[in-house]
Amino acid sequence: MKAGSRLEKILEQGNFAVTGELGPPKGNDLEVVKRKAELLRGKVDAINVTDNQTSIVRMSSIATSTILVQLGLEPVMQMVARDRNRIAMQSDIFGATALGIKNMLCLSGDHQTFGNQKGAANVFDIDSIQMISMVKGLRDDGVILGGDDKVEGDIKIFIGAAANPFAEPFEFRVVRLAKKVKAGVDFIQTQCIYDMKRFKKWMEMVRDRGLHEKCHILAGVTPLKSGGMARYMAKNVAGIIIPDEIIDRMVKAPSGKAADEGIKICVEQIQELKEIEGVHGVHIMAIEWEQMVARIVEEAGLLPRPEV
Amino acid sequence: MIVAERKPIEEIVNMIRDFNKVLILGCGTCVAVCMAGGEKEVQVLAAQLRMIFSKEGKDIELIEDTIQRQCDKEYIEPIADKIRSVDAVLSMACGVGVQFTAEVVPEKIVFPALNTKFYGATIEEGVWSERCAGCGNCILDKTGGICPIARCSKRLLNGPCGGSNNGKCEISPEIDCAWQLIYDRLKALGQLEKLEEIIPAKNWQTSLSGGPRKVVREDLRK
Repeated sequence: MKAGSRLEKILEQGNFAVTGELGPPKGNDLEVVKRKAELLRGKVDAINVTDNQTSIVRMSSIATSTILVQLGLEPVMQMVARDRNRIAMQSDIFGATALGIKNMLCLSGDHQTFGNQKGAANVFDIDSIQMISMVKGLRDDGVILGGDDKVEGDIKIFIGAAANPFAEPFEFRVVRLAKKVKAGVDFIQTQCIYDMKRFKKWMEMVRDRGLHEKCHILAGVTPLKSGGMARYMAKNVAGIIIPDEIIDRMVKAPSGKAADEGIKICVEQIQELKEIEGVHGVHIMAIEWEQMVARIVEEAGLLPRPEV
Repeated sequence: MIVAERKPIEEIVNMIRDFNKVLILGCGTCVAVCMAGGEKEVQVLAAQLRMIFSKEGKDIELIEDTIQRQCDKEYIEPIADKIRSVDAVLSMACGVGVQFTAEVVPEKIVFPALNTKFYGATIEEGVWSERCAGCGNCILDKTGGICPIARCSKRLLNGPCGGSNNGKCEISPEIDCAWQLIYDRLKALGQLEKLEEIIPAKNWQTSLSGGPRKVVREDLRK
């Protein structure tokens, strides 16, 4: 065991893992965290806590993750390279692991121009791949990045990262995953998948390189709420492809039934993803729709979650 | 070259409105090439300012001159007396020229008429684009001759990130994804294997992060 987290145990025992996502509040409202957390309790194995996603200022990932630990839930602390240099990152990882956080996700982060602090200076001292290798050094060698300074204590953290099979250039996407594996990543959560054909092609390339045996791949899904959301995402969100047939199904759903159709599509996707060799779990990103996660995992036949 | 752009006229007017005699000093190198602060631009700015001040009934004497380089003592010293004869200098050089002119003639105040933007090149008439960030430790040999520090919005050394779409950056469809360019270039050169290697965390000490920089060549010092 590298970190001994619940997520690691689930995956190492060969279970199909389920992770969810919790977006912290735009302030210090603890009740928001608690409410969202309770919606996910028992439905997922671990909960990703986003780090100021889309560059909107929110409660910190480390603090929100700690609250989840206190509530007896398991967080995956996301950390972006946008806001922290290597000093702050390593310092926060020391703190996070001391507070009982056992999983993290290393990300570049959305550019600050998307958010509500457009005039901020960004950091981007190291990138997500360098972050993975830095965290691995802290954990496996007990040394600080680029130095021989020993870490006091024992950093136990399960290292995750993202992969987007839908961004360009497509042929390079698997190479980038290979670099993350080389850097020492333990698990991968993908961008949300709608284009199953392209995802399967990507997984084929992943298997050709044997990467599915070197890291656990959790396939990302996001239930669509409406035809409008499907159209908007297809058009405006970089790195997401939504095939026309899915948009059609959402648009043609009878009035008041679009959300049901979105859930149905999501469940079908999970069932299809489960059958793909090398996919070890699913990451459900129900953005501001956490109440639907229970229904999705129930209908996808993923309950009860295994005890480990 | 150093690429610059003239400041809005109101900002310039407010800088010099309380002086009686002002030298508008152009620079004949980079900013002349990027048409921001050369001889022609000095003329245009002087004409504009004269019109504004005359409308306001303000009597400000504007003198025009352009020297080859404001980052070079050799060119500033010959006009030192002219600089001393005015109340203030409105420099149309980059930030280097503004400061250096004042360093050579410290008794005069020098104002910036330009906003200094970046190190770049003219990519078509009227369009300049950034190419170098002056990080102090060039890695162009590793990235197909395309700089991810200057041209990737996240300065990624192991890109492209998940926001690369149709060759464009996630922050704007006007910005090329530097890592797509790097990928295409290395592919054309038959060197895609270079992208399999992880570029380690960069040492930013050679960049601005290391504090103000200086190059010292002992072999050239007297």
